[in-house]
Amino acid sequence: MEPRSRSFYVLAGFFALFVIFLYGPVITIGILSFQGPRGGLTFPMNGVSVHWFHDLFEQQAVGDIWGSFRRSFALGLMVMSVTVVLSVMGGMAFRRKFRGSSVLFYLIIASLIVPSILVSLGVGLIFNILDLEVHWATSGFGSQLTWTLPFGLLIMFAVFNRFDKSYEEAARDLGASPWQTVRHVVLPIIAPMLIGVALFGFTLSYDEFARTLLTAGSYNTLPLEIFGMTTNVTSPVLYALGTLTTVFSFFIIGTFLTIVVVMRKRQARSSSDAGSGLV
Amino acid sequence: MKTTKKIDPSKRAERVSWMLVTPLACVLGFFLLLPILTIVTVSFWNFNEWSFFPDFILDNYAYHLTSAVTWATYLKTLKFMVLTWCFCAVIGFTVAYFLAFHVRSLPVQIALFLVCTIPFWTSNIIRMISWIPFLGRNGIANSSLIGLGVIDEPLEWLLYSDFAVVLAFVHLYALFMVVPIFNTMMRIDKSLIEAARDAGASGLQILTNVIIPLAKPGIMIGSIFVVTLVMGDFITVRHMSGGQSASVGRIISNEIALLQYPAAAASSVVLLCTVLLMIGVMMRFVDIRKEL
Repeated sequence: MEPRSRSFYVLAGFFALFVIFLYGPVITIGILSFQGPRGGLTFPMNGVSVHWFHDLFEQQAVGDIWGSFRRSFALGLMVMSVTVVLSVMGGMAFRRKFRGSSVLFYLIIASLIVPSILVSLGVGLIFNILDLEVHWATSGFGSQLTWTLPFGLLIMFAVFNRFDKSYEEAARDLGASPWQTVRHVVLPIIAPMLIGVALFGFTLSYDEFARTLLTAGSYNTLPLEIFGMTTNVTSPVLYALGTLTTVFSFFIIGTFLTIVVVMRKRQARSSSDAGSGLV
Repeated sequence: MKTTKKIDPSKRAERVSWMLVTPLACVLGFFLLLPILTIVTVSFWNFNEWSFFPDFILDNYAYHLTSAVTWATYLKTLKFMVLTWCFCAVIGFTVAYFLAFHVRSLPVQIALFLVCTIPFWTSNIIRMISWIPFLGRNGIANSSLIGLGVIDEPLEWLLYSDFAVVLAFVHLYALFMVVPIFNTMMRIDKSLIEAARDAGASGLQILTNVIIPLAKPGIMIGSIFVVTLVMGDFITVRHMSGGQSASVGRIISNEIALLQYPAAAASSVVLLCTVLLMIGVMMRFVDIRKEL
């Protein structure tokens, strides 16, 4: 290996600064959420306590955050499952051209680039005109799907572009039906990527704000609740909530990534014995 | 005859494809296409203080497009967009370049890439709030600058200012540049760079003549993300400017708050056309289907 050039160290320094820029502020509120009971929104720390976390569990201090957390969690799971299923189906359909495929493709791209507030407003208007009540599990759910589906589909397109078709041909030669081929060959191979799609589906839904704003109805999701708090809560309880939900997000991300690593390892182990029994 | 009864296999395949995309098309049809058509329709409707009703008037557009506030706001939003785009492009390119060409082992590359993407999966609102203790009047930035003797009095323009808005935008959206640029850079054949070096190109020449042209699709996709996210934003601007700065998204959200839905719809249509025009120009430089 050739020695590292000077530009490597410059760029590595830049990268380190970028990471500090990304994580620094969140770490700061993580520290500040342990402010003492009389501490303020900035340093210095006025003692160390879990006072503000304790406050989160008292209804009157912060409103209905646990209810909104439960709703966000349920909604995240709903959006995640539908995103995974529809992305896989869409990804498979798009492997060959069909009539209307490019129209649908541009609709998927449009879903990404249409400003979120328009989706919120439009869905809100439809429900208003049809005299239906907006609710997080109906209108909110659909609006969030317009944000998670394009990510899921783009990942699946990328996965299937790199997919080795000879596996399917082999399965077909061995007499597998199309469904058996999908169930026993295609899905196990793409499984780690599906976890990635699920991660996108859950986290993007769990943190979604703009598209849910006018479509959640009278029961807020967690981001809406937090946004409401930013305008009227001026104590570190806001940081405590921010820290908790960020820790929760990290926990979810960690879980998903661990599943991917385990799956990959298992795949590597079980695929490597091909042909080893012959010798 | 038996052959005529059998379905043509390509037709069968097409039918399977359609069945597979039907749910997807339904979701996007009802929650994307129909809402946009509704917005376009409602933008011609009339309204009073308490309700809105079918009509065909152009007043909503006339009012929106002739208001000096609208034009000033568009100018302001464009300023935010250009500044954010510049910073995101430079940061995104540099970070992706470092990851793709200077980090040598794949596991390290993946790990560092994940470090860059994890914040994307956490809450934007929390990430915005987290700037308060840093930028505030008695925040870390001010106290350390005073401590170092650089300034005597705390800077007032750090928080609740245009500076804070752009900073938050860059913080939130730089990832949208890093990811697509890194993706295209990883597919650049390393032997091209060696060939350039053998032919006597300097490091800068390799960067400008080989890497940047080949990474252009990634830069374009990242730009599309950043442009649309900034143009449609209304919370970052409201939150980081302390309600002092306007943006196109905030005009719409204010009109919604006042229940002036037809006015909000007209403003939305204008915003959508602006965004689509910008994207249309950028799309000319990149074929997204090829980049997956």
